[in-house]
Amino acid sequence: MKEKLHALQAEALKQVEKADTLADFQKIRVSYLGKKGPITEVLRGMGKLSKEERPIIGELANKVRETITEAIETKKAVIEEAVLNEQLKSETIDVTLPGRPVQVGGPHLLTHIISEIEDLFIGMGFEVREGPEVETDYYNFEALNLPKDHPARDMQDSFYITEDLLMRTHTSPVQARTMGEYQGSKPVKMICPGKVYRRDTDDATHSHQFTQVEGLYVDKNVRMSDLKGVLNQFAKQFFGAEREIRLRPSFFPFTEPSVEMDISCKVCQGEGCSVCKQTGWIEILGGGMVHPNVLKMAGYDPKVYSGFAFGMGPERIAMLKYGIDDIRHFYTNDRRFLEQYHRAQ
Amino acid sequence: MRVSLNWLKEYVDLDHHTPEELASKITKAGIEVDGISYVAEKSTNVVVGYVTSCEQHPNADKLKVCQVEVGDETLQIVCGAQNIASGQKVAVAKPGAVLPGNFKIKKAKLRGIESQGMICSLQELGIAEAYISKEDQDGIYVFPNDVEIGKDVTEYLNLDDAILEFDLTPNRADALSMLGVAYETAAILNKKIQLPDHHVEVIDEQVSDYITVNVEAKEDTPYYGAFIIKDIEVGPAPLWMRNYLIAAGIRPINNVVDITNYVLLEYGQPLHAFDFDKFGSNEILVRRAREQETIVTLDNETRTLTPEHLVITNGKEPTALAGVMGGANSEVTEETKTVLLEAAYFDSKRVRMGSKDHQLRSESSTRFEKGLDPNRVKLAGQRAAKLLAKYANGKVLSGVSEYDQLDKSEQQLTVEVDRINSRLGTNIDATEIAFIFEKLAFSYVQDGDSFTVTIPTRRQDIKIFEDILEEVARIYGYDNLPYTLPEGNQQLGRLTKKQLLKRYVKQYFEGAGLMETITYSLTTETRSQMLISPEIAQIAEKPIRLSKPMSEEHSTLRLSLLPEMLATLSYNVARKQQDLSYYEIGSIFVSKEKDIQTQPDEKLRASGAITGRWLTHQWQQEAKTVDFYLLKGIIDGLFTRLRIQPTYRQSEIKQMHPGRTAQIFIGEVPVGFIGQLHPTIQKQYDLKETYVFDLDLDYLFTIYNDEPHFDKILRYPSITRDIALVVDQTVTAADLEKTIREAAGEWLQKVHVFDLYQGEHLNKGKKSLALSLLYANSNRTLKDEEVEASYQEILEKVKEAHGATLRS
Repeated sequence: MKEKLHALQAEALKQVEKADTLADFQKIRVSYLGKKGPITEVLRGMGKLSKEERPIIGELANKVRETITEAIETKKAVIEEAVLNEQLKSETIDVTLPGRPVQVGGPHLLTHIISEIEDLFIGMGFEVREGPEVETDYYNFEALNLPKDHPARDMQDSFYITEDLLMRTHTSPVQARTMGEYQGSKPVKMICPGKVYRRDTDDATHSHQFTQVEGLYVDKNVRMSDLKGVLNQFAKQFFGAEREIRLRPSFFPFTEPSVEMDISCKVCQGEGCSVCKQTGWIEILGGGMVHPNVLKMAGYDPKVYSGFAFGMGPERIAMLKYGIDDIRHFYTNDRRFLEQYHRAQ
Repeated sequence: MRVSLNWLKEYVDLDHHTPEELASKITKAGIEVDGISYVAEKSTNVVVGYVTSCEQHPNADKLKVCQVEVGDETLQIVCGAQNIASGQKVAVAKPGAVLPGNFKIKKAKLRGIESQGMICSLQELGIAEAYISKEDQDGIYVFPNDVEIGKDVTEYLNLDDAILEFDLTPNRADALSMLGVAYETAAILNKKIQLPDHHVEVIDEQVSDYITVNVEAKEDTPYYGAFIIKDIEVGPAPLWMRNYLIAAGIRPINNVVDITNYVLLEYGQPLHAFDFDKFGSNEILVRRAREQETIVTLDNETRTLTPEHLVITNGKEPTALAGVMGGANSEVTEETKTVLLEAAYFDSKRVRMGSKDHQLRSESSTRFEKGLDPNRVKLAGQRAAKLLAKYANGKVLSGVSEYDQLDKSEQQLTVEVDRINSRLGTNIDATEIAFIFEKLAFSYVQDGDSFTVTIPTRRQDIKIFEDILEEVARIYGYDNLPYTLPEGNQQLGRLTKKQLLKRYVKQYFEGAGLMETITYSLTTETRSQMLISPEIAQIAEKPIRLSKPMSEEHSTLRLSLLPEMLATLSYNVARKQQDLSYYEIGSIFVSKEKDIQTQPDEKLRASGAITGRWLTHQWQQEAKTVDFYLLKGIIDGLFTRLRIQPTYRQSEIKQMHPGRTAQIFIGEVPVGFIGQLHPTIQKQYDLKETYVFDLDLDYLFTIYNDEPHFDKILRYPSITRDIALVVDQTVTAADLEKTIREAAGEWLQKVHVFDLYQGEHLNKGKKSLALSLLYANSNRTLKDEEVEASYQEILEKVKEAHGATLRS
């Protein structure tokens, strides 16, 4: 019987070797290991064996059964994998076809720029304040040291509604309002972004409506070097750490001393090119130390308090940063323009 | 202001600074140099030539053949200029010369005669025609006799003079004069300045015998001085003076006019020369013009005046519009023998009135408007008189007839070193501050750390401590200020709840597929009355109009963001971009007053519009045209995120589709609308089906609750039942849902419509709505019987209320 079992094993293993479909294995399993198969038969005939032989043959039979089963399983796994691979191959898709689109929108470039400016100043402890776009003459001009006959407030330059009401020409009235609200009771540290209006004919570099972000810091002992430090930090974060800043004296009725800030030209690295008009510098914002008249009018004693203010134009900044050639693009809302700035920046 | 560096060198040593270096230093110290230009583009090999003979060209009527001596040789040059003649000294471009525009001069044959170079006009030498005197414009330029033959013309004509273009801020009126620029440059370069000579030799005759000065408009005329210079010979001004005027951008005319212009530029003091013999009287009367009075000005225009204008008169009629322009009746001409020279100080506002009303802005009016140095008025008159004596052979009469109420006193300011340093964040010592005042040529008295500074009257902009502070800072150098960060109270920077919500809403819309737009707040009067949300229409009296709009296009404040957004859609559609989904957040301007007096309410709105296809056609799906429910879904999503429950009520709104528009309510508060544009409006804007919305963000932000309570997560299984009901077309989904919710009992959690059918399988006028009902109990598993009971109740109630039947 021993020989028979060995022969069966050899025969079965040969069959397994030859098998190449899952159905073949099923057949081999049934024919060798099934209830009517030869091994079962051998086991059935065990009764005829001696007591000594019985466990030996039994053990051998089980071993043969295990060997065959194992051989089947091993080979079957190989075949199954091949079948699966075949199937996967047939399921291959063209991964280069476009994905199913999801409609996405995005912010306007000006919103993007303004939010970035806001976030930088929030990081430096500034709050964000807003104010009305239709302003009184007092807040738009008088409270900012621009008395009634000041040439800078020519009727021709502003959109008046009545003698006393006009479209604000800058966001500075928000500063005057905020200081006026506190009446000298506490420090002010704020920026005010918003829309402003000037009596200009729209062309590539002028727009009757545009945006501004202005900032104000009033406290005891605010120094001009603080203005320089804060603006430097802003410029380096906003435009890049490698950019240099330069302050130049300038003039605004609501600040004294006044400054204009330039940053080094990115295009030519300060060497001079057409973008920076050969100067190596690009004008970015204006500012200065708050004029004592402005402090006084808002209830802050200029002997005790001092402060700095600054203002910038997001349109100008965007135009410089992205090389935009016409300010009207911001307001015509051409889809091809809007879409360009929807990426995360 | 165009600053000629050669001219500037007359007053201050510029060391060997290049124009670029100087421009950079001046800019950094506070006067922005906008650009550097030159009187003319560079030319080479152009010398003074002497025309020894000038013959007719044998083969050409209009050409002459000249022999021109140029020092070491004599050249034969064919010339076409009409004014060429022998005996002239002219500018000769020798063979090999290069003229502006890279124009190379070579020997050539002209109609058979050899020409060895070219005789040049000023234009050909690169001087802008606008600055060339009338007589020099047609033809070649003829030098005065004292120039040296063979010498390069560049120096004689000041062609290589660099000009700094100053972009002056309004406070720096002092730099509207060469002297002011000299003081500024001297301060920057630490130099002393050389003042011009105004000493004048006079004859015995007295000005007062010729003319008296009376000022009626005393407020407007703090100073009026009249000089008389007689026996004048009108002719060309000296070449150097003409050169400087050209460099400054002023066209030379004759010596008298040129001298007044020269002194205007030098001192910043406008002067006016009258022809005394034509003045018409021996009295100057300065007064306001009479209503409807007229004057013919130098440009031969008749100007009608009002009492807002100040005039110089001869006691009878105006002879000049003060500070703006002289009258034609007393103009200086070639025949003028006696000059009446005016040096006056007029009030800036009055001059501005005159120049603005007559649109006559001039070098003079600009300076009056910006303010003069009171101590230079009379000096300028003396300087001009001196130059008229020297360069027009005039005789200057003694004295001056004047009216003088001008405050010429100098202000004094006391500043302490500590205060300067604490404001600047610096540590500048007293010695250095003293040095800065010296550079500025401000006299001072020092008492330890305190300075009493006398402010020269040329610096009218320095009035308070902060002005001195700026002077110290800019001469010290803004570059030298340290960088510090504020040391005061530190506060937390953050956005307000409203600002955060605004950002949140923007992000939501963008995630939902809308692009942000920013449109103009000023629109047309017609558009300002369109698409106004009902709750706004109810309170707004009428759109707010600008008192003096620049154009009708931007004349009126918006009451809705939508009309300008539609214009934006139109703009895109016209450019073949038909698929658009836009939103905007911005203010509208609501006034409740019939006649606006106080600031309007500025209400924050969110509006949007979608048109065309939502998703453009792709390889595996069809494009979908936008519809009402797409937009409603977007709005619903926003409300869900704000945890606000809106209701939509079918409404009619002007300019909107009457059957496809809903007003939106929160409870009973109207907060906006949504719907399709009226087809006639669509057509007007050239749009296909377009859906819009408009929401009151202020109100939504007010009721927004930023502390939501926690809803327990259901622990027990829920049961879903679907129900399809056939109802009349007029029954709305909202009606049905309301009835269902009322009938269903407490365990009904959600109702949602998942199908709408209307068509051939139903009777006419009917529709079928399929709804999915979700039941759950938070404390236990529901039994089927309980749900079934609720379901039956619902069926009964919807039948009762709406005649609804189960769809079989």
